[in-house]
Amino acid sequence: MSGDDKVDCGRRRLIMATATVGGAAGIVAAVPFVASMMPSERAKAAGAPVEVEFGKLALGEMMTVEWRGKPVWIINRNKEMLDSLKKTDDLVSDPHSDRPMQPDYCKNEARSIKPEYMVVIGICTHLGCSPTEKFKTGAASGVAPDWPGGFLCPCHGSTFDLAGRVYKGKPAPTNLEVPAHKYLGDTKIVIGIGQDGKEA
Amino acid sequence: MKKLLFLVIMALCAPLAGFASEGGPHLDKAPDRTNDPAALQHGAKIFVNYCQSCHSASYMRYNRLRDIGLNETQIRENLIFSSDKVGDLMKVAMQPAEAKAWFGVAPPDLTVIARARASEAGSGADWLYTYLRSFYRDDTRPTGWNNLVFENVGMPHVLWQLQGQQVLGEGHKLSLAKPGTLKPAEYDALVADLVGYLQYMGEPVAQTRKRVGIFVLIGLAVLFAFAYALKREYWKDVH
Amino acid sequence: MSAMMTNLLEWVDARFPLTSNWKAHLSEYYAPKNFNFWYFFGSLSLLVLVLQIVTGIFLTMHYKPDASLNVSGVPVAFASVEYIMRDVPWGWLIRYMHSTGASAFFLVVYMHMFRGLLYGSYRKPRELIWLFGMFIFLALMGEAFFGYLLPWGQMSYWGAQVIVNLFSAIPFIGPDLSLWLRGDFVVGDATLNRFFAFHVIAVPLVLLGLVAAHILALHEVGSNNPDGVEIKKKKDARGIPLDGIPFHPYYTVKDIVAVVVFLMVFSVIMFFIPEFGGYFLEYNNFIPANPLVTPPHIAPVWYFTPYYSMLRAVTVNFFWIDAKFWGVVAMGGGVLILLFLPWLDRSPVKSIRYKGPIFKTALGIFLVSFFTLGYLGMLVPTPGRTLVAQICTVLYFGFFLLMPIYSQLDKCKPEPERVTE
Repeated sequence: MSGDDKVDCGRRRLIMATATVGGAAGIVAAVPFVASMMPSERAKAAGAPVEVEFGKLALGEMMTVEWRGKPVWIINRNKEMLDSLKKTDDLVSDPHSDRPMQPDYCKNEARSIKPEYMVVIGICTHLGCSPTEKFKTGAASGVAPDWPGGFLCPCHGSTFDLAGRVYKGKPAPTNLEVPAHKYLGDTKIVIGIGQDGKEA
Repeated sequence: MKKLLFLVIMALCAPLAGFASEGGPHLDKAPDRTNDPAALQHGAKIFVNYCQSCHSASYMRYNRLRDIGLNETQIRENLIFSSDKVGDLMKVAMQPAEAKAWFGVAPPDLTVIARARASEAGSGADWLYTYLRSFYRDDTRPTGWNNLVFENVGMPHVLWQLQGQQVLGEGHKLSLAKPGTLKPAEYDALVADLVGYLQYMGEPVAQTRKRVGIFVLIGLAVLFAFAYALKREYWKDVH
Repeated sequence: MSAMMTNLLEWVDARFPLTSNWKAHLSEYYAPKNFNFWYFFGSLSLLVLVLQIVTGIFLTMHYKPDASLNVSGVPVAFASVEYIMRDVPWGWLIRYMHSTGASAFFLVVYMHMFRGLLYGSYRKPRELIWLFGMFIFLALMGEAFFGYLLPWGQMSYWGAQVIVNLFSAIPFIGPDLSLWLRGDFVVGDATLNRFFAFHVIAVPLVLLGLVAAHILALHEVGSNNPDGVEIKKKKDARGIPLDGIPFHPYYTVKDIVAVVVFLMVFSVIMFFIPEFGGYFLEYNNFIPANPLVTPPHIAPVWYFTPYYSMLRAVTVNFFWIDAKFWGVVAMGGGVLILLFLPWLDRSPVKSIRYKGPIFKTALGIFLVSFFTLGYLGMLVPTPGRTLVAQICTVLYFGFFLLMPIYSQLDKCKPEPERVTE
């Protein structure tokens, strides 16, 4: 109401200061509400590391276990399967696994700790469908006449090789994710804790 | 205006003048174990050893015991007897339906018992502390035990080997007929630890809540200073 | 930058009455300059409403309205509340805000209503504001009642049992009506689920509509003030009331101070004594609902106890109809009689400042009887207490029913022309 410029100046500063303190209080008050939507202790307990023993897994077969509600595949790759990875090097978009879709200890040709045992999350990196196993090679696979074996996502047709690497020109942007895991014995792993001891 | 306020205050106080706590047995004050992690850990151990065979604490997760200074290895090694994982709830092996068949009533879940047992007579901890020290022999009861605080209680005296056997004597007083493995003072301390743990388990967040509260109040006090200055500034125009 | 903002504002104003509404309800809404302490409680009610809605939304994300037993033999609904208290990050804070907020809501609304009673805010031309306000109060009682069942503790269960059974007192249709309300032969899963629907959707929608109507009606006629004089009668050359000041910024900055003080009191309770000695969170409600065992002493939450006392005070049968029915009538009447206040008060002045000794005495008696009833409602009834409750019920109703007479007889002081400082 007062037209005095000096008063207005002091008043403006006070408004700014109060608004700053009030705004900060508002942001702090919002934190618990935002945080309450993060996974609860129940979800964390359900998503705790899972121990898997796969000594009975036959050569050339795969099994699926659940970790955090997601399918995790364990594939016992035979010699032909491992050899096929050399052929697919030129066909996949990230042959050297440069993008961080695996822990450092799995950044290698076979994308695994032990070459024969592949551990990978069976969720397509495109929009979250679970790809189907296409281990048969050639036309019998129903994928392509020169198919070397791998996975096909039923939703949008992304294809992956036997190390979970995505083929070029497919909708999925990256290779399948390798979860943190660690060997407890020859054929026993825990999924959710890394070889380096870090929890996922 | 002042008269009115006075009136309101008088009206508020009038009914309170007749306030008196209602009957019921006298409760002993439970020693405070809130800030004593060793005692709480001891209490947790007694709980899983003596109580959890029949009573669940099914809203409480084992790994929450981090709060009282235990790490996951300690929890796994000392407190979990079943194949439970540290993130699991503190359940009981007994099925509720079976338990009902054995005891007549299913032993209640004890997670929030310390909050449920509070009354005008005292805190829930006081009630539990008195209750666990008030068992006496009574051959008319199916379990052979009765309790001063909880008449005709369904639960037998699980800690009797520690406390010994009390009997009800003259003037509704309890006396120790057969001593247990612990001296009375030791038994009281053990019960205090257990009750301290039950109180912690009733609201594990209690200590955090108070800490956060202090920060919130400091923040609001700062905000008040600014808000009040702003109000003074504007209201100069009006006055 | 500022030119861009001006353009944007013009663009919006050509399509939506933003500036005109801002002016009508805030910057050019002229409120009397002599508002005192009692006038904070309107804004505070609005604050608590927002707080309850926001915390309620987040609680709904985790709560489960399910009366069936989980593997540990505990009702799922009860367990989900403890899940919020323990497992949800900061869930305890949100839950305590909501439970403390429920009591705070009634506290500020009772204060707000008492302000109306003190300064005659219900008198012409503000009858509709008062009526909308009363409907808000009724909706709020419903909201609190429905919400109280959700934790599915012993007090939740037996409180709902008692209140739903009140309807069975209505002659002829009563028993069928209460059965219909429960949707089961006892309060059960069906009841819990429908109360949840009422609590989180139906009643809040009604509340929001009524609050809008309450404020629109207020801004149509303008605010009353502690002197009870109409500021619109004396205006300056520009048509602005001489004793009026724009609500924004003057009352916004003042209300912000009140909000901060309120939040401090709220925080002290919420962080340090959330159970408030068993008055905000009743101890028995930490025991899961058990349809076979009634707790030895059941009492409603403090904000319902005055009316609960009236219910219990009626112990005699009239006209061949059970006392139970008349108890319900007394309880309902005790709330509904407030609706008629604008037409019961025949005093020549609005404000208590200028009313005579008779009205002041009557108001004092009313307050004492109201608080006494509230206190007795928390206790186990004894013959002596019932007698006191009966006397207080009569005094409570007498305050309203005799008002047309005593308010005219009263020796009032003359109202001033303008508001006083």
